This record gives sequence, C-alpha cells and structure tokens, in this order.
Amino acid sequence: MHNDIQSQPVHWSGPGLTRIPFAVYSDPQLAADEQARIFRGEVWNYLCLEAELPDAGSYRTTFAGETPVVVVRDDDGEIYAFENRCAHRGALIALEKSGRSDNFQCVYHAWSYNRQGDLTGVAFEKGVKGQGGMPASFCKEAHGPRKLRIASFCGLVFGSFSENVPSIEEYLGDEICQRIERVLHKPVEVIGRFTQALPNNWKLYVENVKDSYHASLLHLFFTTFELNRLSQKGGVIVDGSGGHHVSYSMIDTAAEKDASYREQALRSDNDRYRLKDPSVLAGFKEYDDGVTLQILSVFPGFVLQQIQNCLAVRQVLPRGTTRTELNWTYIGYADDTPEQRKVRLKQSNLVGPAGFISMEDGAVGGFVQRGIAGAADHEAIVEMGGDATASSEGRATEASVRGFWKAYRRHMGA
Amino acid sequence: MIDLLALCAFNAAYADTIDSDALEQWPGFFTEECHYRITHIENEREGLAAGIVYADSRAMLEDRIAALREANIYERQRYRHLLGMPRLQNAQAESAEARTPFIVARIMATGQTEVFATGVYQDRFVRQEGQLRLQSRVAVCDSTVIDTLLALPL
Ligand code: FES
Ligand SMILES: [Fe+2]
Repeated sequence: MHNDIQSQPVHWSGPGLTRIPFAVYSDPQLAADEQARIFRGEVWNYLCLEAELPDAGSYRTTFAGETPVVVVRDDDGEIYAFENRCAHRGALIALEKSGRSDNFQCVYHAWSYNRQGDLTGVAFEKGVKGQGGMPASFCKEAHGPRKLRIASFCGLVFGSFSENVPSIEEYLGDEICQRIERVLHKPVEVIGRFTQALPNNWKLYVENVKDSYHASLLHLFFTTFELNRLSQKGGVIVDGSGGHHVSYSMIDTAAEKDASYREQALRSDNDRYRLKDPSVLAGFKEYDDGVTLQILSVFPGFVLQQIQNCLAVRQVLPRGTTRTELNWTYIGYADDTPEQRKVRLKQSNLVGPAGFISMEDGAVGGFVQRGIAGAADHEAIVEMGGDATASSEGRATEASVRGFWKAYRRHMGA
Repeated sequence: MIDLLALCAFNAAYADTIDSDALEQWPGFFTEECHYRITHIENEREGLAAGIVYADSRAMLEDRIAALREANIYERQRYRHLLGMPRLQNAQAESAEARTPFIVARIMATGQTEVFATGVYQDRFVRQEGQLRLQSRVAVCDSTVIDTLLALPL
C-alpha cells in the first residue's frame, strides 16, 4: 500500500487525467520511485513465454522493470523466478540470455543456487585446512536472491514481487483475459527476436501503444498505398483499473467492395503508389470474429499484437529516465503450415524497427523527449474524446491513454 | 569464373548507391526473385527465420524504397558503409557465395555520426545477362539491438 504521505517529486495540477506534467518523463526521483512502487510493487511483470522454457532446466534471463531476473523451469514442471543477483556480493548469477542448467553458480566466489533460487552451496563454507570459512551461525536457508511469484496465463509468464497482487486472472479482468485467449489459444513458437533501443522514457512508448488516434495520422503507409480507404469497424476497450487496453478493428468486406468499385475510375491517376508486390499483405483468415487487428496492453509494460497474421509480444523495459528497451518476440503457431509461416514472415515487414506501419513509433517518443527539454513545469493535453477512461467504439479518443495514467497514479500514490 | 575483384567492385557500387541516396537503384542489385533479410547473430544461431526486413522479390525492395520516399516519416539521415574484403566460399562461372563484413555509420539530421550496425553479408551472387546480381543477401548484424529505427537498407 502506498497511502504513506511521501513527498511527490512531480506536481500534478489536478485530480484529473487530461493534463500530464512533462516532468514525469524526465524526473530521476520519480523514475526510482516507479521501480519500487510499480515494477517491484503490485503488478504482474511480463517475463517470457512458456514456449521459451520447454524443458526442465531451461532458463531465460529477463527483467522486471530494471531488476534482472532469472526464469527457469524445474523438474516438477513448474516455472520459478528469482532476482538475478547473488546473495553474497550482488553479482549477476546467470550471464547468458538463455540456456539449460541443473543449477546456477555465481562466477565471482562460486556460491550456488538451485533452480528455485535457493542458496545451496557456499565455496569453502568450512574454510580451508581449518582456517577461515563462514561462521557456524551462517544459515544458507536464510539467504538467497529475492523470489518472484509466478503466474502463467495462456503461455505468458508473469512475475511479481508483491504478496498482495491479485491473481493474474483477476488482475487482467474478464475482457482482457478473453482477448488474450483469442490469440494465444494454441501452442506458439518463437520465430525471431529483436530489440529496439528507444531514445525516450518508457511511458511514452506505452502511451503510444494505447494511443489509437495517432495511427492514421502518423503512419501513412496504408493511406499512401491506398490500402486503408475502408471504413473499419472496431473499438477500444479499457479495463476497470485503466491500466490494460485493447484496440481492435476489422476489415469490412462489404465496404471494401463498394470502395474498390468507386475507385476504379481514379486508379490510373494513382498507379505510382501501389504496391508492386502486394503479397506482403496477402494473409489468410485465422480468427472467426473477423478482427484483423488487435493491439492489447497489460500494465505496466506488456503488449500482445495481432496485425493480420503477424503475431508478436513486446516487453517494454525502462533503462534510466530517457532510454527504453523494447523487446519484440515474433511468434507463430506450432502447427503453422509452411505457407502460413511464410505469410507471418512477410507481414513482419509491417512492424518492428523497420516496420512500414511502426518504424515511426520508434522515433516519435524521442521527438517528445527532445521537445519537452526545459519544459518540466508544463503539461501535456490528453483530452481527445473527453476526460473519461471508458471503452468506446470510436477510436478518435485518448481514453486508454488516460486509463494508463489512472492506473499509474494509483500505483504511485500520486 | 566470378572472382574477388568482381565482388569487390559490386559491393563498392552497392554501398555507394545507398550512401549517396540513389536508393531507387538499390533493388537493381538483386535478381527479380531474391531473398533479402536483415537479422542478427542470435536469431541466425538459433535458426529463427524472421527478419527486421524480409523480402523475397525485387518488387518488395522497390516497394520499400517507394514507402521510404512517400509514406514513412523519419528524420533525415544517411549512412556510410565500409565493407571488408569478401571471403569467397564458392566461386563458379555463373555463381558465387561469399561473406563480407560491414560497418555502417549513421549520420543524423543533428550532424552526429555514430556506428549504427556492424555485421556480415551472407551472399549468393549469380551472373545474369553478363551482370552480377544478388540472389540472396542476408545482413547478419552483430548487435541484437537496433537504435530507434532502421529506415534505409543495410
Ligand atoms: S558475489 Fe556471487 S559468490 Fe560472491
Ligand atoms: Fe504507432
């Protein structure tokens, strides 16, 4: 609980969510508080995919905010996670990004740990030739890296440092659970991983993901190539906490027919801006609900993406006040046919650091970060669609961005 | 026989085309059906097929340049490629395979120059109508991290 009266490093001008002080993107004290109150507080941090821990002993090193974490599967089939920090002097325990191991041994002085993060061995514990060694009172059980609670949902592994955080299902709520289940309804396989270093505060990227209103203004790929002249049905879902969201849309096939007929006559004028190889967008129908785009976020920094047949999870990790690491993990289903896999590989051109519809997202956060230098006493306006955080069918709204700040202020006690 | 000098000349022209902003000519270095992919060493080691860029036709490369010129929004920037000596792995009369290390510096609108990418091209060349062309170029970056965005091709 954060109802303690502590001084807030950043001043909010009111209780509402439509004015965001620019100082939240650069204040170092606030960034430190976020690590304690959010990432090590009452949240579930996305850690990795279950598919990345196939066997007993499979492990990955990852992060909860800035805190290094080891996630590992033990012989009992369960997944465990603990801070990647030796109980002795604090060195990293596991140095590789992933691997398989029966146990872990710190390279510095060879203290060792089992897969559940218990300290099991101290080199020279009894000393050498009767000299030195740990005092008899030293109890290995009383020492060890801090362990995380683990929750697995649809193959997504989350970890929490909090004893009070609700179960993952309760944390996500029914609507978000259903929207995750919709995509992760069968076993997945990793088809590639990429990291994008963003020159901005982590919150600017999370806001960008939730900001459905920038998409058709900033990302001109679809409009330039006349691919997105369709009136798309869709909506924005914001959960009760505000912290999670889904935006979704579907290609309306009736509207598509109308539009393409109407545009026949104009086509000759615009030949220059057509895709020469439209196979990049030639997908296949894979979900019965007709939803062709679903972007889902879970507070604080997880994104699940379905853009046509291009599926990915994204992990947003703060790296100081003005740097962020965005980890993309592209996935397919384990039972994909070679043709389906090829479609996913081609459509991956739409996303990531070189994505036709997302390369700009890597840069705009930096434009804001550079733009607000010297403006720590000013604030951003987040008033599109009013001041509420409710779900809606229209997407010209910043409701889910306001939802983020609702959750953020609650966790931060601000 | 395709020789080292021919590959060096090809690579020099390829790099100069990108670095001098003659991007429209870049797809012409590839065969019509081709493979071009940008990935990194960890994906390659694990056999993961996805790319930062993934193309299987020259037309897709042309579309990428058209998108960069007309649709995508990014700050002005240019590259300077420095290419090492190709290591010929297999040379025949009409085809060759080689690995060529690269270092690409990026010059931003702010005037700053930074090392943006290093890695190796894994190439398969063929001779078509007397011209050398790339049937496949996989740019395997050494770093797993891309700074901000990748707009221009490597
Ligand atoms: S720091 Fe790990 S054993 Fe000493
Ligand atoms: Fe975007």
